[in-house]
Amino acid sequence: MLAILDTVSRWAIPFLLLTIPIYGFLKRLPVYETFVEGAEEGFYTAVKIIPFLVGMLVAIAVFRASGAMDYVISAIVPLMQKIGAPAEVMPLAVMRPLSGSGALGLATELIRQYGPDSLIGRMASVMQGTTDTTFFVLTVYFGSVGIKRYRYALLTGLSADITGLVASIYICHHLFS
Amino acid sequence: MDLLNVIWLLLLASGIIAAACNGNIEVVSQAALGAARDAVEVCFNLIGIMALWLGIMKIAEKGGLIRILAYLLNPLLKWLFPSIPAGHPAMGAIVLNLSANMLGLGNAATPFGMKAMQEMQQLNGGSDQASPAMCTFLALNTSCITLIPATIIGIRVSYGSANPTEIVGACIFATCCASVVAVTLDWLFRNLSHSGR
Repeated sequence: MLAILDTVSRWAIPFLLLTIPIYGFLKRLPVYETFVEGAEEGFYTAVKIIPFLVGMLVAIAVFRASGAMDYVISAIVPLMQKIGAPAEVMPLAVMRPLSGSGALGLATELIRQYGPDSLIGRMASVMQGTTDTTFFVLTVYFGSVGIKRYRYALLTGLSADITGLVASIYICHHLFS
Repeated sequence: MDLLNVIWLLLLASGIIAAACNGNIEVVSQAALGAARDAVEVCFNLIGIMALWLGIMKIAEKGGLIRILAYLLNPLLKWLFPSIPAGHPAMGAIVLNLSANMLGLGNAATPFGMKAMQEMQQLNGGSDQASPAMCTFLALNTSCITLIPATIIGIRVSYGSANPTEIVGACIFATCCASVVAVTLDWLFRNLSHSGR
């Protein structure tokens, strides 16, 4: 099953890059000109995200570097220990929705330190493989079309993150310990 | 007022106060300036990938491929996105984004997602407030299943795991829980905000 999925994901990009231009050509589109027309939009979209991302990444970086995040982590450790989460994985849990590269760094460190096949190593792997960097995704996606008011999207995303986190801890205990 | 304003201010203010209390106020300017530079670098790295995929998307769109895709998956998507008309290109872009996400093709997923947001923003009349369809899309996107979490499997391999892929099933279970909560909450919020108007 995994081998099939792996093959699909290795072939997906070359497949799209081949079939879409051929399809366009058969539809008698000027394929190169059409490509360039779309590519130009890509440039403006990427540039448009900059102010949104600067605002969000600066706030998160200050929160992290100053030690404020560590206070939040130590405040929720007792709460999370009740549901069986080891204190070691809590920094990763808090970092996951805030910063993709930060979370990956923490997960790698946990796997290195405790071993990939330890309970902590497995929990770190599952947490990293489960949720997405909600703040980053919302900032980039909304920023690209100039949306400044997110309504309930952030609340939904963070609730899903917490669910994914608790589910990761539960399933690791269930499967691996 | 939007929740985001409060969270943004909380992150920033609590960080600066914590740094002041810890007596290391100098980390604030370092972190802030570094992050500002990083943000531009992230966007800069996006330019090429965005240009490539939005170029390919344009061919698919003008050839009518996106519409065909949207029509095919309409029965599935219409109850998730009641405000998007049947066969609208937004649906096609949403499908491409979610499929790329599932396959772990993060690079392709983002441009498809931008395209979906642009289409939905047109339906939204260019407002600066998120539309319900956008909220549903992002709820699905951020809680979406990755069938092969390639990065973390790679890290497990490099630290000598006896069974690097054993976590895949657990990841799928945990993401399914997250997706169910995301879709349910989104449905609740959407309907509450409608009746509240």
